[in-house]
Amino acid sequence: MTIARLSPTPDGEIRRSFLTGFGKFTLSATAIALLAGNERLALIGSASAQTANNDVAILNSALGAEQQAIAAYQLGAESGLLQKPVLALAVQFQGHHKQHADALAKAVQKLGGKPVAPLKDYAFPKDKLKKEADVLSFAASLEKGAVSAYLGAVPILTDRELAKAAASILGDEAMHWAVLRQALGQPPVPDAFMS
Amino acid sequence: MRSLVATCLLAILVVGFPIPRAAQAATGDPARGEDIYHRCLACHALNHNSVGPRHCGLFGRQAGTLKGYSYSTAMKKYGVTWNEETLDHFLENPLKAVPGTKMGYAGVKDAQERADLIAYLKQATSDPKICN
Ligand code: HEC
Repeated sequence: MTIARLSPTPDGEIRRSFLTGFGKFTLSATAIALLAGNERLALIGSASAQTANNDVAILNSALGAEQQAIAAYQLGAESGLLQKPVLALAVQFQGHHKQHADALAKAVQKLGGKPVAPLKDYAFPKDKLKKEADVLSFAASLEKGAVSAYLGAVPILTDRELAKAAASILGDEAMHWAVLRQALGQPPVPDAFMS
Repeated sequence: MRSLVATCLLAILVVGFPIPRAAQAATGDPARGEDIYHRCLACHALNHNSVGPRHCGLFGRQAGTLKGYSYSTAMKKYGVTWNEETLDHFLENPLKAVPGTKMGYAGVKDAQERADLIAYLKQATSDPKICN
C-alpha cells in the first residue's frame, strides 16, 4: 500500500481508506507503544482515516530525513576527513539515526502505511567537502534541519503519543547539533528557542 | 504643550503604524529568508532532489512536475504554478493546502517569515551560481 493510494483525491479511494481505517487504528495503538517504548496501548478517539494518513505522511518524511542523515554520516566516516574523537562521534550519531529510522519505519507499518525506502543516491555536495570542518558543517545543517522537521511534525501528529516520540527524537538531534557546533568552535547553543 | 506631545507619542506607540507594517508584510527580506530556509534542509536542497524535490527553477514551474522526482498523487494533481501567492498559501499549511501530500510538515505560520522565505527562494532558485 502506498501513500499515494491512501490519498483522498479520487473518490473511490476515500472510501477505501475509510473502510479500512478501523483496522489501522487498532494497530496504531501498538505502533505508539512501540515507538514510545511504552507497553500501555493508548486509545485513539475520533481520529479520521485522513488524519491517520497524515500521520503516515509525517512519519514517512521524518523517516526520509533520518535515512539521509545515515547516508551523510556514512559519507563523512568514509571520507577520511574526520579525525579520531570526532569520527567516533559521527559513528555514534549515525547509530542514533539508525534507531530513529527503525522506530519510524515500524510505526508507519503499524499504521498501515508503507515505509519509504532510502534513496539510491543522495547527490550530496561532495565537491564542497574538503576538510573536517566542511563535513561537520554539513552534518550540522542536516541536524538543524531535522530538528526543524520534527518541530514541524510535533504539532500536526494527531496521535499525542506519536508526537511525544517525535519530540524525544527532536531532543536527541538537537544535542547532536550542539555538539557538532561545539566541535566547529561555534557557540553550541546559540538561541533560547529552536525554529 | 509638552503633555500634548507626550500624549501624541503615546497614542502612536499604542496604535502603532498599521499601514507601513502591512506593507512590510508583503515584501520579504531574502537575507532573513535564507535563515528560515535552514528549516527545510532536512528534506530539501536547492540543486538536487533529496527527501523532497530540488528547489532550483521553482518559480514558474507547475507543482509536482519536476522530472526524476517521485511526487504524491495529490501533489501531481494540485495544478498550481509556483509563484509568490501559491507558495504563500502552500507553505502556511502544506497538509491543508494539498491533502495527501507527502510533505509532512506543519508549515511556516508567520506571514512575515513566509514573505522572507519566499523572497529568498525567488533569488536562490534562479541563481546561476547555485542552480545549474
Ligand atoms: C519533512 C520533510 C520536509 C520538510 C521539512 C520540508 N519539505 Fe517541502 N517537500 C517535502 C516532500 C516529501 C515534498 C514532495 C511532496 C509531494 O509529492 O506530495 C515536498 C514538496 C515541496 C514543494 C513542492 C515542489 C514542487 O516541485 O512542486 C515545495 C515548494 C516545498 N516542498 C517547499 C518547502 C519549504 C520552503 C520548506 C521549508 C519551510 C519545506 N518544503 C520543508 C518534504 C519536506
